[in-house]
Amino acid sequence: MAAAPAIASTPALAWKATLPYCGRVGVMALILTESAFFSIFVVAYIFYIGKSLTGPYPKDVLSPPIVNTICLLSSSLTIVLAVRALHSGSIRTFGIWWLATFALGLEFLAGTAMEWHRLIYREGLTIGTNLFGTTYYSLVGLHALHVTIGLILILVVMIFTVMGYMDRRHIERTDVLSWYWHFVDAVWIVVFTTVYVIGR
Amino acid sequence: MISSPTWQRSAERGELIMAGSIEHEIALGRARELESVPILEKLHEWVVTVDHKRLGLMYICGGLLFFVVAGMQAVTMRLQLAMPNAGLVPPEVFNRLLTMHGTAMIFLVGMPILTGFFNYLVPLMIGARDLAFPRLNAFGFWLWLFGGLLLYFSYVAGDGLSGAGSAPDVGWFAYAPLTERAFSRGNSTDYWILSILLTSVGSTATAINLIATTFSMRCEGMTLGKMPVLVWLSLVVSFMMLFALAPLSAAQVMLLLDRFVGAHFFDTQAGGSAVLWQHFFWIFGHPEVYILVIPVFAFASEIIPVFSRKVIFGYAVMVAASCAIAFISFSVWAHHMFAVGMTPAGNAFFATSTMLVGVPTGIKIFNWLGTIWGGKLRLKVPMLFCIAFLFQFLIAGLTGIMLGVAPFDWQLTDTYFVVAHFHYVLVGAIIFMIFAAIYYWFPKATGRMLSERLGKWHFWLFLIGFHLTFDTLHFAGMKGMPRRIYTYQPGRGLDTLNLIASVGAILQAVAVLILMINIVKSLRSGELAGDDPWDAWTLEWSTTSPPPEYNFAAAPVVRSRRPLWDMKHPEDPDWRYE
Repeated sequence: MAAAPAIASTPALAWKATLPYCGRVGVMALILTESAFFSIFVVAYIFYIGKSLTGPYPKDVLSPPIVNTICLLSSSLTIVLAVRALHSGSIRTFGIWWLATFALGLEFLAGTAMEWHRLIYREGLTIGTNLFGTTYYSLVGLHALHVTIGLILILVVMIFTVMGYMDRRHIERTDVLSWYWHFVDAVWIVVFTTVYVIGR
Repeated sequence: MISSPTWQRSAERGELIMAGSIEHEIALGRARELESVPILEKLHEWVVTVDHKRLGLMYICGGLLFFVVAGMQAVTMRLQLAMPNAGLVPPEVFNRLLTMHGTAMIFLVGMPILTGFFNYLVPLMIGARDLAFPRLNAFGFWLWLFGGLLLYFSYVAGDGLSGAGSAPDVGWFAYAPLTERAFSRGNSTDYWILSILLTSVGSTATAINLIATTFSMRCEGMTLGKMPVLVWLSLVVSFMMLFALAPLSAAQVMLLLDRFVGAHFFDTQAGGSAVLWQHFFWIFGHPEVYILVIPVFAFASEIIPVFSRKVIFGYAVMVAASCAIAFISFSVWAHHMFAVGMTPAGNAFFATSTMLVGVPTGIKIFNWLGTIWGGKLRLKVPMLFCIAFLFQFLIAGLTGIMLGVAPFDWQLTDTYFVVAHFHYVLVGAIIFMIFAAIYYWFPKATGRMLSERLGKWHFWLFLIGFHLTFDTLHFAGMKGMPRRIYTYQPGRGLDTLNLIASVGAILQAVAVLILMINIVKSLRSGELAGDDPWDAWTLEWSTTSPPPEYNFAAAPVVRSRRPLWDMKHPEDPDWRYE
């Protein structure tokens, strides 16, 4: 904001305090539009369940990625602990939990890569094989893309932390990033339910 | 160049003017412009700017540029249809014309001009320095511009099916499976997908920005209930954009996967569904109509009170009705698909919800009438456009209700009746109100008034041209003239109607030419506007015209919905009654 004149002291500051941080509102809006984006892919997935003309079919080749899911969901917990540590001012603890979040996310991505490798090379399922392949790779891939974006952002913060730039002034931004990460986790619950529970 | 004596010699006309006066400010600005700033440097300033006012103006100017191009495409189609079996353009060129005209008018004209106005006005109206994320704003603008250029680049990009460029030719709603690889070879459809994808991402960024700005940047005292109606409606539209553009982008990503990596989303031969594309497209497509028309409601809600000298009638109801429209508009999409053959329950649902959306819309029309009622009307050009808008929007709504009745729609779907109906909304309401907004806010953005005389010529010519074209097309449609066909046979009662419609199109083109002349002339030698030429009440008129880069020298403090009224009438301020 422009430098406020001297007269705008207490009432103006009190007013400012009633307004939300713009980054928070922005990320909420981003999450809303992303939800709409994902929901179209989920609708397409559900619409095409059982409509593939040829195999392989989900029940033959899919098994629920339990370890992956546990890793991703617990990364939501570690990121909360990290932000909490930042609030209490201990950068070291923050760094440890942040690194844990990154590692868990990376494990999820690696798990997805292994699952895709198995599906493509052992089961012969590609995006062009049938409607199942089309909807499966696009929905799971879209989510994995979001995990990747989240991991890059987390990595950037990690680098800043290691270089010693992290302090309490960045609480709100870090908090906003953690919201995005929670969103990615929440989407996984929907994707998991759609693909591995309803769709199988 | 100009230092500080009290009287200055105006750089351009040699008149003496007083320092500190508005004329002086403008003279200073012009002097700065006249100073030998290299043109490249000036251009560079506009390219790297993150100022919401400059970006807003660039959106509007870019939109007007595409408006002229897409308008010329419309005139070409009307010339082809002026008489039966005219040989002006071959059928495949006609298909490209109608596709490019529709796509451009929605994504490269309507959206950018309206978001451009919001960009310009929302921070000024809520007393903010800029939008919440200025760089994101610039990012959105450049995405939009390159998306638009990409769409038109398709004309020179390479060979399509018939060797004459690869401009998209699948219609603006690009129904599957026509868009699949098997039926749409070459890259024409890819241009359509990618350019719209870019502009949609840009618009989503703008929507996020406007929401964050409205929630986080309001000046002291401006509670949500004291925001101008325009800011409220920008908020409503931004939320709609979040939920409406995403389905289109998602469907376009699916189509890209189909076309490039062999997926089968809309591939009927592999069990895919062509109707699914229609659902996804219209989940975007119908809210999109309201995304375009609600900003126009916002303009009307600012302009009509000022030219009726009355407070807006039913502020709270106005806002509530807009929210209701936003909600209901997400449940009416399949009224574009009655002809697909849905279940009777589906038809009934979408027919009912379509009629339901007429209720809050009707409330709005009554509110504007209530504002005009008993007011001291000033029939300046912006108000003339508003009055025409009220009548035309009412008729557009009524034909909309007619088409919402499923059996009626079966009879008239894909005829010129539908074309006439939605042009009544898009031209009769939206373009008319964009003109009103240009006449109303031009003085604020440039410091000069547009000529009233040319403005009246523009208004009357456009009004007559509009009615000649689109009133007659209703009848052509009822006589069975199908849309999107490049010609028609003589002796079917369509000749005269089409000739009248084409004459009307030319009149509209002339009217737009007059607007352009007016803008260029007024920029050079228009009457100086001053800060507040219309004696208006919202905050943007409290700063200079054009506003400085920082908008307000001191952060404004607001106590009512009409802060400028309070300032001008300290003996009888609004906040006593609110």
